Amino acid sequence: MRRSPAEGTESHARITRRSLLLGGGMLGFAGMLGLRMRYLQLEQADQFRLLAEENRVNIRLIPPARGEIFDRNGFAIALNQPSYRVTIVREDAGDVDEVIARLAALIELDDVTLERAMTEMRRSPPFLPITIADRITWEEMSRIAVNAPALPGVTPEVGLSRHYPLGGVFAHVVGYVGPVSDYDLSRIENPDQLLRIPRFQIGKVGVEAREEELLRGKAGTRQVEVNAVGRVMRELDRREGQPGATMQLTIDRQLQAYVQARLGDESAAAVVLNARTGEILSINSSPTFDPNLFVTGISVADYRDLTENDHRPLANKSVQGTYPPGSTFKMVTALAALEEGLFDERDTVWCPGHLEVSNRRFHCWKRAGHGHMNLNTALRESCDVYFYELALKVGIDKISAMAERLGLGTRFEIPMSGVAQGLNPTRDWKQSVRGAPWVVGDTVNVSIGQGFVLASPLQLAVMTARLATGLAVEPSLVKSVEGEDRTLPEPVPLAINPQHLQAVRGAMFAVSNHRRGTAYGSRIIEDAYRMAGKTGTSQVRNITAAERAAGVTRNEDLPWERRDHALFVDFAPFDNPEIAVAVVVEHGGGGSTAAAPIARDITLQALFKGDPPLDAYPVKDRDRIATQQERIRKLMPDPDGHKRTRA
Amino acid sequence: MSYLEYAVKTVPTGWRKILYLNWPLILLIMAVASTGFLMLYSVAGGSFSPWVEPQLKRFVMGLVLMLFVAMVPIWFWRNISVVAYLGTLVLLILVEIMGSVGMGAQRWIDLGFMRLQPSELMKITLVMLLAAYYDWLPLPRTSRPIWVAIPVLIILIPTALVLRQPDLGTSILLLAGGGMVMFMAGVHWAYFAAVIGMGVGLVTAVFQSRGTEWQLLKDYQYRRIDTFLDPASDPLGAGYHITQSKIALGSGGWTGRGFMQGTQSRLNFLPEKHTDFIFTTLAEEFGFVGAFSLLSLYALIVVFCIASALMNRDRFSSLLTLGIAATFFLFFAVNMSMVMGLAPVVGVPLPLVSYGGSAMLVLMVAFGLVQSAHVHRAR
Repeated sequence: MRRSPAEGTESHARITRRSLLLGGGMLGFAGMLGLRMRYLQLEQADQFRLLAEENRVNIRLIPPARGEIFDRNGFAIALNQPSYRVTIVREDAGDVDEVIARLAALIELDDVTLERAMTEMRRSPPFLPITIADRITWEEMSRIAVNAPALPGVTPEVGLSRHYPLGGVFAHVVGYVGPVSDYDLSRIENPDQLLRIPRFQIGKVGVEAREEELLRGKAGTRQVEVNAVGRVMRELDRREGQPGATMQLTIDRQLQAYVQARLGDESAAAVVLNARTGEILSINSSPTFDPNLFVTGISVADYRDLTENDHRPLANKSVQGTYPPGSTFKMVTALAALEEGLFDERDTVWCPGHLEVSNRRFHCWKRAGHGHMNLNTALRESCDVYFYELALKVGIDKISAMAERLGLGTRFEIPMSGVAQGLNPTRDWKQSVRGAPWVVGDTVNVSIGQGFVLASPLQLAVMTARLATGLAVEPSLVKSVEGEDRTLPEPVPLAINPQHLQAVRGAMFAVSNHRRGTAYGSRIIEDAYRMAGKTGTSQVRNITAAERAAGVTRNEDLPWERRDHALFVDFAPFDNPEIAVAVVVEHGGGGSTAAAPIARDITLQALFKGDPPLDAYPVKDRDRIATQQERIRKLMPDPDGHKRTRA
Repeated sequence: MSYLEYAVKTVPTGWRKILYLNWPLILLIMAVASTGFLMLYSVAGGSFSPWVEPQLKRFVMGLVLMLFVAMVPIWFWRNISVVAYLGTLVLLILVEIMGSVGMGAQRWIDLGFMRLQPSELMKITLVMLLAAYYDWLPLPRTSRPIWVAIPVLIILIPTALVLRQPDLGTSILLLAGGGMVMFMAGVHWAYFAAVIGMGVGLVTAVFQSRGTEWQLLKDYQYRRIDTFLDPASDPLGAGYHITQSKIALGSGGWTGRGFMQGTQSRLNFLPEKHTDFIFTTLAEEFGFVGAFSLLSLYALIVVFCIASALMNRDRFSSLLTLGIAATFFLFFAVNMSMVMGLAPVVGVPLPLVSYGGSAMLVLMVAFGLVQSAHVHRAR
C-alpha cells in the first residue's frame, strides 16, 4: 500500500529512535561482555592459570625396586624377579572378545583373573591397559610376542615381583610381601603415596614388614600432561626414585636350610646364635609354608590348610612361641644361689624323690629319689629336689633378677614379627596381674622352670650364649644395610663370678658327656667340638595326685597335644664357645630324646659349616646319621645358587 | 508497496551492483570467519581436518549465496516473505514428525548433501515476515491490540515448535529477535513492559513447577540453571562446562598462551570446543587482546548493519536489516555470556566462528538480505 510522505517520514523517525535506543542497549551489553572478559582474563588470570596447570599436569609415581635381602655370605633370601603379565587396551583391541579368544588359544587364561579384568575394563576408560593374565611364563610370553599382529591392543609387560628362592626356609624370618590392604592403610599414619598404587606390595610379616621403610625405597615421579579423560599425552619431567636398601642378615643360609630340613614336620623351633656376638645364625620354626604363595595371593584352600593345621605352620615359634623352660631354667636357679653365696657347688642336698613345702608335696621327676646331690650331679641328672632346696633358700627375687640378667623376660630388638617378651615372674607381677600374693610354692615351681615362667626359644638361646661366654650378648639379625655395617657393639661382661659360671658350665658339660648325664646319648665325641647342654621337659598339664597314684602316664600314650614339650639348650665347643643353640619340640616328649639329638646335629652342622664327619658321632649312631645326612642333603639348596649379584 | 515505488532509476543495475555492496560489512564478516578457521585449525591440533576444510567450503558457498541474494532486488524478498515463513514452518513441523533423532533432540532434515535445520532458517524468515508485516501495516495501527496479537502469534508458533525439539537456545533467539523487530517497528512501550512482567512471572512459575507433574522444563534444563546459579557446586558434573571454560578464559591473560598452545582445549578439558565453546579456545590462546578484538568485530558488524538500516528510507529494508542485526547480536551475546558464566549453557553457537553447516549458511543468506537492502535502497 502506498504511504504518504508524512507517514514515511514519521515511520523513519520512529525506526531511527527505536533502533538507536536498541543499538545503544546492544553496545552497552557488548561493553559489559568486555568488562567480564577483563575481569576473568586480567584480574583473575593468575588464579585461573594455576587451575589450568593443575588440570593439565598429573604426577605419576614410579614404584622403586624393593631392597633385596641376602644372607651373611651373600646368598639371596628375597629378591625381585621379572614377572611377565599381559595387558589389553580396549580401544586398540577393537573386538575385545575376539582378541581374548585368540589369546586363550595361546596361553592358559585364568577364569577368575579374566572375570576381574572384564569388570575392570567396563569401568575404566578405553585407553587404560587392563591386566588379563599375570605371572605368565617366558615361553607363553614369547608365544604372545610372535603372534602380536593377530592380537591388537595386547601388550606383554615386564614388572618386578618378590621371589623367595628358598621357599619355606625363611618364611618365618623374612616373612612375605603382599598387596596393600585397606587395613594396612588404616594402620599407617600419613601413608606414602606409593601405597595407593593398585597392587603395590608391602611387607606383611617378618623382616619384610619390620624393615618396610628401608626396603621400600623412595618413589620416583613422572610429571605427565594428561587430557580431560586422563590419557597421558606426554612426559614433562621425570625424577628417578631411590631403590630400597639391600639388606644382609646375620643368618647363614645353608645352616638355616639344614635346620629346617632337620626339624622336618615336627612342631618345633630352633635358634642358633654366635655365642660371642649374638648374631643369629639360624632361626627356624616348623612346620613352615611357602611365602611365595602369599605374594601371588594365596588360594582359600591353601590358606585353610595352613590355618587348620594343628602344628600351626603360620606361627613363628622361635620368637612368638613361649614355653615353660623346664629344666633348662635350672642354671638360672643355680647361678642365683651361687652368686648369693648361700651355696657352694660342693654342698649337697638329699633327694628322697619329693619335698614337702607348706603342706604340699613337690615331686622329683625320679620318684625313687636321687640321694645326695651336688651342683654338678644335680644338673647332670636334672634332680628337681636339689633346685627346690636352692630356691627356698635364695628366694624368688634373686632368681628372677638372675633370669633377667640372663635375658629371660626381655623383648629383644630384632626385626621379626611378634617377638615375645616371655615371662619372668616377680612378686610385683603376680600381685598386679594375678591379684594374689606370691607364695613359696610359686618359687618352688619356678626353680625348675615350671609355673609362671615362660621363655621363647630365642631367649633360651641368648641365655645359653650368656652362660657360655659370661657376656651380655644381645641377639641381632641384620648384619648390614646397603653395605653399611650394623653389627652390635662388643657385648659387655655380665659381672657374674667366673668361678660360678665355670661350675655351671662344667655341670652342663656333664649333661652331655657324663655317662649319667641326661643328654649323654646325644654327645659329640670329637674332642675339639665337645658340647655342654641341658635338657628340659616341660609339662603342659597338671599331674593330679590321683594320676600320680595310678602311676604317671607315659608321654607316648597321651594324645599329641597333651604330651610334654621337649627342650634342649647347648653351647659348643666347650673350651671356647662359638655357638649357642636352643631347640624346642612342642609336645615332643622328653628333652633328652626329642630335642637333644636335633640340637646336636644342628650344633655340629654349625661348627663344621656343613655336614660334619661321622667321627664326631658316637659309633652306634653313625649309620643312622649317615642315612639322615643323605636324606637332608637332597633337601638342601644348591650351595652356589642365588649368589648375590650386586653389593 | 510494489517495486514500482522504488526509485528504480537511482538503484544500480547489473554488475554495477557489486560496487554498491556494503563492502566494509563483507570485510568484517570475512575477518570473523577467518578467526573461526584459525581456531578450528587450532582445536583440531593443527590440522585442516576434520573441521576447517568443510567449514571453509561452506563459507565460500555462503559467500556465493550471499552475493546471489544481494543481487536479487529487495522487493522480491519482501514479496516471498509470507511463503518463506510458511514453508519454514512446514519444515519445522516436518522435523517434528519425521526428522532424524540426534543428540536427543529432533533438529534437522537430511537433504543428502547437508543437514538442514529449519529452526536456523526460521530465524531469518521470521524476521522477514515481521518486517513485511510492519511494512504493510498502516502506522497508526501499530500498537492496536489486534495488530499486536498477529505478530505475537507469528513469533510464538515457531518458538513453541523449536522449544518442543527441544532447543532452548534457538527459541530464546526467535523470541527475543522477533520481540526486537516489534520494538523497532514502534509497538507501544506498555506491551513490552507487560511481556517482561509476564516473563518474570513465568520464570517464577518454572521454578515453582519443578519436581511437580506439570514441570515446565526438562530435568537437564533445570540442572543447567542450577549450574548457572552455582557452577562451583559440582565442578566435575553439572558445572564442568562452565568451570572448565572459565579456567580456559582466565588462563589466557593479556595476550594468551600463544596459537595452538592452549592446554585447556588441546587436552580436551573444554567441552564442545569446536562448536559452542570455541570462544574459550580463542580467549585462551590469544588472551584478552584476541577475545576483545573478536567482540569488537561483532559489535562493528552490528553497528554497520544499524547504520545501513538508518540510511535506508524503505521500511521493510530497515526493519529487516535491524532484525538481522538484532538476531546476530543475540547469537554472539548469548554465546559469550554463556561461556563467560553469565548465562546458562543453552547451546547457541558463536556466529560465523563455530563449526556448523546450517548456522553458517543461514547467516550468510541473512547478510545477503542486508546487502540486498543496502544495494537496492532509494538514493
